Amino acid sequence: MSEPLLRVDNLTKYYGSRLGCADVSFELWPGEVLAIVGESGSGKTTLLNSLSATLEPSSGRTLYRMRDGQWRNIYELSEAERRFLVRTDWGFVHQNPADGLRMTVSAGANVGERLMAVGDRHYGRIRETALDWLGRVEIAADRIDDQPRAFSGGMRQRLQIARNLVTGPRLVFMDEPTGGLDVSVQARLLDLLRGLVGELGLAAIVVTHDLAVARLLSHRMMVMKDGYVIEAGLTDRVLDDPREPYTQLLVSSFLQV
Amino acid sequence: MAALSVQNLAKTFTMHLRDGVILPVVENVNFEVHSGECVVLGGPSGAGKSSILKMVYGNYGVDAGSITLQHHGEAVDLATADPRTVLTLRRDSIGYVSQFLRTVPRVSALDVVAEPLLIRGKDRAESQQTARNLLARLNLPERLWSLPPATFSGGEQQRVNIARGFITEHPVLLLDEPTASLDATNRAVVVAMISEKKASGVALLGIFHDEEVRAQVADRIVDVTAFAPRIAA
Repeated sequence: MSEPLLRVDNLTKYYGSRLGCADVSFELWPGEVLAIVGESGSGKTTLLNSLSATLEPSSGRTLYRMRDGQWRNIYELSEAERRFLVRTDWGFVHQNPADGLRMTVSAGANVGERLMAVGDRHYGRIRETALDWLGRVEIAADRIDDQPRAFSGGMRQRLQIARNLVTGPRLVFMDEPTGGLDVSVQARLLDLLRGLVGELGLAAIVVTHDLAVARLLSHRMMVMKDGYVIEAGLTDRVLDDPREPYTQLLVSSFLQV
Repeated sequence: MAALSVQNLAKTFTMHLRDGVILPVVENVNFEVHSGECVVLGGPSGAGKSSILKMVYGNYGVDAGSITLQHHGEAVDLATADPRTVLTLRRDSIGYVSQFLRTVPRVSALDVVAEPLLIRGKDRAESQQTARNLLARLNLPERLWSLPPATFSGGEQQRVNIARGFITEHPVLLLDEPTASLDATNRAVVVAMISEKKASGVALLGIFHDEEVRAQVADRIVDVTAFAPRIAA
């Protein structure tokens, strides 16, 4: 597979006259995890939402290599094509699990729903797959009929991950996937994510302000400030030898344990 | 042809948080490491030995010069390679035993050691067996194998790190003080493992402060003080 999965050209998003993100260009390859770091308001979430076609950018393109090998600008897809991407070929893990789950249907249905969206109608098989995925994210089988409302924050986040990965997506967007969780719960989730991403060969774009998360999960990293990517490269290189004043500040401000 | 060739390498740090102070580290770094030899970087602390090692592995960027590695029979300059190429070089052509183990929560010592083989597509059971053999050889008590190394002693963590670094067959291997916190018995094991790597044609580049170990493993010593930057007036 010597072709990228995603090509981003000069992506720019304005909210009226206020800049969200500007002139972002990069390529993402299958199996590659890219971290986008920066402080609140740096434009990282705007960029993520633009890349996942949740937001329409003001200018620039995002080309995605579809399963049939065709390159398509995601902002020019038909509604049906876009829905196909969002429901099957992509995953989106929100910081707040309630944004990515249906809180009033069972855990099993939360996972099964994505399968039904790709046309699976066999109830027994859907339930079996859902069970398998609950196991992979370490949720006990006897919780399959419980609603996520009854789950802890960490369990909800793991359920959201199962719901996203069940359709075998090729690209997963994650917005602060460990934000708002206790550190012990974070460690478990990170370990799980790291294992699944490696095992499934997923490409992923992870927005985080936590440099330890970026170090553990990502191969490459982009540092954003005031809407611009100010530094990018191999994660180890950016963290061990930061060049830009802001990146040096970010790295030196981080507590080491 | 050298397995690793470093030419005219230069590095300075610009400390933006300290009013842009510029710290020159090294310049005109030139040396080669051939297959089957162990070259040791010598010089006092602060001379830039670790910085050179980190540049050669791509953790530090370089200001000038080239770092040429043989990668599947082709010469590749790691100093100017893009991140994807650096990752491929690390997977197939250059390994690194760092001084400290970066532990991952919940991952057992055995899996930490076996991981480099799994990444290279080796079978799980086989990878774990190789990892067990290495940990046993390094005298890490078997009851620790299934535990995450975060709570291990310095010497135990270092042995996990060594096993992880030695498990692959990278043609170039970098060693950053691999024997620093080991007792005499385990130092001897590591010395023997280094000799075996040499015999199998691996090119090794290392930092060893322990003179006895250095004398046992080094074929040549490259004096890093020769690369001290001339401070401009």
